Amino acid sequence: MSGLNLNNVTKQFGTFTAVNDVSLSVPDGTFVCLLGPSGCGKTTLMRMIAGLDLPTHGSINLAGHDITEVPTHKRELGMVFQSLALFPHLTVGENIAYSLRIRGVGKEEQKKRVDELLAMIHLPGFADRSVSKLSGGQRQRVAIARALAISPKLFLLDEPLSALDAKLREAMQVELRQLQQRLGITTIVVTHDQREAMTMADTVVVMNGGEIRQAAPPVEIYRRPADSFVADFIGQTNLIPFSVDGAGRATVLGEAVEGLSVSQGAKGMLSVRPEDVQLTAPGHGAITGTVSFVRDLGGAIETFVEAGGQQIVAVSSPRNRPEVTVGQSVGIRLDPETSVVLAK
Amino acid sequence: MRREPPQRLGDYGPLFFPAGMLTVFFVVPFATMIAVSFFQREQGGFYQPAFVLDNYARFLSLFFGRVLGFSLMLAIAVAIACVVIGIPFTYLLSRSKRKIQILWLVALLSILSLSEVMIGFAWSTLFSRTAGLTNLFVWLGLMTQPQALTPSFGAVMTAMTYQAFPYTVLVLYPALVRLDPTLTEAARTLGASPVKAFFTVVVPALRNTILATLIMVFIFALGSYLLPQLLGRPQHWTLSVLITDQAIYQSNMPFAAAMAVFLVLVTLALVGLALYAGRQKEAA
Amino acid sequence: MTALRRLFFFVVGLFLALPLIVVAGVSINEKQTLAFPPQGFSLSWYGEIFTNSEWRNALIASVTLAALSAALALLVALPLAWFLWRRVAPWANIFRLLGVAPFTLPPVITALGLLTFWATTGFYGQPWTAVISHAIFFVTLPLVTLSLGFTAIDRSLVEAAATMGADDRTIFRTVVMPLILPYVVSGYAFAFVLSLNEYIVAYMTVGFTMETLPIKIFNALRYGYTPTMASVTVLFLAIAAVVFGLVARFGDLPKLLGAMAEDK
Repeated sequence: MSGLNLNNVTKQFGTFTAVNDVSLSVPDGTFVCLLGPSGCGKTTLMRMIAGLDLPTHGSINLAGHDITEVPTHKRELGMVFQSLALFPHLTVGENIAYSLRIRGVGKEEQKKRVDELLAMIHLPGFADRSVSKLSGGQRQRVAIARALAISPKLFLLDEPLSALDAKLREAMQVELRQLQQRLGITTIVVTHDQREAMTMADTVVVMNGGEIRQAAPPVEIYRRPADSFVADFIGQTNLIPFSVDGAGRATVLGEAVEGLSVSQGAKGMLSVRPEDVQLTAPGHGAITGTVSFVRDLGGAIETFVEAGGQQIVAVSSPRNRPEVTVGQSVGIRLDPETSVVLAK
Repeated sequence: MRREPPQRLGDYGPLFFPAGMLTVFFVVPFATMIAVSFFQREQGGFYQPAFVLDNYARFLSLFFGRVLGFSLMLAIAVAIACVVIGIPFTYLLSRSKRKIQILWLVALLSILSLSEVMIGFAWSTLFSRTAGLTNLFVWLGLMTQPQALTPSFGAVMTAMTYQAFPYTVLVLYPALVRLDPTLTEAARTLGASPVKAFFTVVVPALRNTILATLIMVFIFALGSYLLPQLLGRPQHWTLSVLITDQAIYQSNMPFAAAMAVFLVLVTLALVGLALYAGRQKEAA
Repeated sequence: MTALRRLFFFVVGLFLALPLIVVAGVSINEKQTLAFPPQGFSLSWYGEIFTNSEWRNALIASVTLAALSAALALLVALPLAWFLWRRVAPWANIFRLLGVAPFTLPPVITALGLLTFWATTGFYGQPWTAVISHAIFFVTLPLVTLSLGFTAIDRSLVEAAATMGADDRTIFRTVVMPLILPYVVSGYAFAFVLSLNEYIVAYMTVGFTMETLPIKIFNALRYGYTPTMASVTVLFLAIAAVVFGLVARFGDLPKLLGAMAEDK
């Protein structure tokens, strides 16, 4: 079996379960983002992959070998830490060459590789600089170059871009994704930023409470969220409760919605993205409500509608500006194609 | 590298030498001393294993009671003097420029590390008739004739304050450096003068630190053994002096050990109090 | 306020400096008299430290003792501090407590404990017993500076080194040691200077067989005054000032003291 495989991995700290029975398969060469709020167990999961923490139960396989108990330094990893962890007593070049030096690689070869990597991160000639003299973005690049010096089997990044300002962060996301695709290296990134995950990942793994809630490509995560947590955490959504009437039709706020496939007698939640909410004249939609607020952001218009104690947000582009004012009665049409029935 | 409890014997490796050294050369001597304090003294400076309480009983005499009382009183007086001068000094120091702070810290450390013998010698010189302070007073016309200011209680007290002062400042320094400067600034904007702000904001905020420092300096002063000998009369001798005297000159080890054990108990009780005061500070 | 502060600093400074000024003054007296202001000018009392065999031997004894005991204290403190930082072992803090205890208790207690110990084991008076005694007495200083140094090391540096393939030993050599070195040096410096000046532990353990400089001064004081005491005092003060000045120059002295006193 190739790639990285986590089998029923659990990590407990005393009585607290940080990671609960997680199984995950990461094929070679893919880019995976572990995404979730702080305390969801994503960093602990990465630390176990790196060997910095031992799982309480379960096993970790890499390229067919069980590496659960293999010490970190024998795993042939490259890892970028949240704090970057650049060695303050070494220069930029010495930092990048560290993993080569301790493997006894010759001076000449070290220098050649350092120059290669510096060119790759667009910092040629920086080898002799002190790391304390670098800007945030430069430190970031050096940490990445250092992790890639030995062409590792796994490239791990723990909140790598969190210290950068928004603009630089977005640029680095694109750069990091391009770099990964060029090198074809299996990469795992821990992040709490959903934009970051959507930008870079082949597979987004959404975690909460120590468990994987959904692992899927970004578009699927957005379009077909598995549960209300994922739907709410990824982007903006309307979570609307529904029940099923005697005829097997889903009813929302007392009104039947045709075309939704639901099981008999069930209750649950619908997730409807704001851009999929269609406003109509009163009586023309399944639901009727009252406009409570209109936010015009220039690029998009958000209309807040109160309907039976539930707030529903609709987003429209300026071209399809809905002609509504606060206090006006409107109808809302739910499209069965874009209304997702959530598991829980 | 995982940070976890040691698993294999090899993981304990770094601990062997330090643990061994501290056990053999601190715990064992300490236990020996406690054991000796219960031993029976024999003529000629030897002692034999026994379990007697005579050494402690002797301690209850009027003479030793007076020595203990004097030691405690002296240490308290020194501690109060040091803290009273030390707090405003350290406060001002912590608000000075970094360069000035470092200069003072180097000077204070140098004096703190200066041998007690040398401090005693320096003060006995300053208090002497031929090279001392009184010559200056004569020159100024304040006195008619130079005179020796030792031995005297004042001399002991002054020199011990001198010795303990750098220690006081270094104990107070971290707490005062970390004191939020906006506290006094807030007081100033509310109309307090700098001196008033110091007494109404800084001192109350540091109440527990001050108490803990008093105790630390008190223990430090209890340890002084040469200055009372060099600058005082026999009635100014402290418990530390007496312990040395009994151990070395009277060759009464069991009695010296008993006094030392007693001193440890007093000190430990005070350290406990200091830690308690420190904890109160955190809780506040 | 500034004027008041200056005056206060000046008065405290005067109090601290006055005895030292007088000592420095009498150390340059031409004749063997205790006089201030000095009569005449001569540096011969400084020469005396090195030419008079008694003073020279005491100086050599003191410097040797300080150099060796500070090194031994470091050898005890470094692995202990490293272990406490590297491992999760709360019980091992008992050794940290033991390391701090000798310095916190009144010195006469440690001195008497060691005296009874060396007397009981039959090694009383051997010069090497003073080295061990001082090392134990002053182990607090490197222990506290090193503990502070270790807490200042970002653990992710060590983890980063591990992910790059470094084992425990390599990490210690290539990452931990370079970062802890300044604290090793200051810990040694503190122990060295204090050992140089220490009286009672040295006196109680080897006082009858070996004369360190503080013991020599005390013994000499009983027989009256000699200006060499003054010149030695000035020399020792200068050594301390230079050592701590260097620590301040190459390390962060306020930070070092900030946490040091806090730990006690």
